[in-house]
Amino acid sequence: MALKPSFSDEISNLLYAAHGNPINACIQCGTCSGTCPVANYMDQTPRRLIGMINADLKEDVLDCNTYWFCASCYHCTVRCPADIDIAGVMYAVKRYSIWNKTYSEDLVGPKFSEAFVKTIVRTGRSYEPILAPTYMFHFGPKDFFHEAVTASKMMLKGRIPVLPPRIKRLENFKNMIRKIIPLGESS
Amino acid sequence: MKKYAYFPGCSLEKMASSYHKSALETTEVFDIELQELDDWNCCGATTYFHVDAILAHTLVARNLAMAEKEGLDLVAPCSACYKNAYFTNDYIKNDPDLKEHINFALEEDDLQFNAEIEVFHLIDIFANDVGPDLIKEKVNNPLKGLIIAPYYGCQIVRPRKNGEEVENPQFFEDIISAMGAEPAYFPERLRCCGGSLIMTNRVAALNMVRILLQSAEKNGAHVIATACPLCQVNLECYQEQVNEEFGTDFKLPILYFTQLLGLALGISPKKLGIGIELVSATPVFSKLLPKEAN
Repeated sequence: MALKPSFSDEISNLLYAAHGNPINACIQCGTCSGTCPVANYMDQTPRRLIGMINADLKEDVLDCNTYWFCASCYHCTVRCPADIDIAGVMYAVKRYSIWNKTYSEDLVGPKFSEAFVKTIVRTGRSYEPILAPTYMFHFGPKDFFHEAVTASKMMLKGRIPVLPPRIKRLENFKNMIRKIIPLGESS
Repeated sequence: MKKYAYFPGCSLEKMASSYHKSALETTEVFDIELQELDDWNCCGATTYFHVDAILAHTLVARNLAMAEKEGLDLVAPCSACYKNAYFTNDYIKNDPDLKEHINFALEEDDLQFNAEIEVFHLIDIFANDVGPDLIKEKVNNPLKGLIIAPYYGCQIVRPRKNGEEVENPQFFEDIISAMGAEPAYFPERLRCCGGSLIMTNRVAALNMVRILLQSAEKNGAHVIATACPLCQVNLECYQEQVNEEFGTDFKLPILYFTQLLGLALGISPKKLGIGIELVSATPVFSKLLPKEAN
């Protein structure tokens, strides 16, 4: 019978290029949670999330918002006494949840990431007006209004491009991407 | 004259055009040429890494390869672009498998990358290449009377690149002192502005911005200096939303360090892109002591 990797092994394997120690080096000291500027908004603190991964509590880990609320500030990573790249762990769980579509439906983060990547794969550059619908329609009416006001003010100051930018060697660029991952496009 | 390959990044095209203008104006004073990469692509900010790590490194490597082809080291003014470029370069240097995999894809654009270049943030150029002493020498309009909060943010200093000081850096303060201004005591200077959470978790991000504004204001700063377009937009363009959300009344100007440096070097505000702010920069000028008082 083939050996099935545990959830904690799967996440460890996704920590490609994170040069820190593996997550089972965690001593549960909580420096990450004390440092994290978003911890108050998370279902589980970073310390608890790492403990949960190590305990193979796969469903509970994937259900919580913690890893999608990570702002990539790397404060936990530079302070971890066990030298674990904790922000890198959050990226690994994000990738796992995108590939397996296991993230919670009410999160904006994964939809935003996918829309962002699609825009770049199509044009080579990012373009805010195409991205806006992926998150703005998720807002309540009040937040939607505030966001629209901010965007209009920026537009009036000439700070939002009218036309989507695109790179010149776009075909080469797309072929380059196809060599890494299939684009899933028919056109 | 020293020359670098310059990777402006998507934000500097429009949203942060004033950073672009002031970067070019200020480097010119020190005889540094920023040669923009031809046909650069988006570095992916943080989002590529959410989807696929190898894809993310490949897209970053395309820009690095174009710089290498010109025989130039790369400079990025945006902290996220810088962090991505720095680590992709570093990983490819140390991982022959990754290098082979990425070069296999880069062939499609007639490029290859041997990781023989260095990557710098724009502020590194002023802190190290130029240095505070030379800045002081060239300043002809010292910003006397102005208290500037040095906002480092995250990705210039973190993750740690070369074993450098990440808890108590001083280079931003040194640049501000060289401008003739006073660096504010700003205990939150390394705290995150929320980054892209402003789109994906609005209330958390607005609260993160609030904490920064509060700390700068409490410590008497007249303006916050930033070195990243996302930090600038979060702190400035979302300041009104912070006021709405928390009942505060912040009106704190947020400028790029290159704009403030440009003023100290005697460059006109217009050339530095001053005037397209949502929070007026006028208080910066009213705090400056008249020249004869210098």
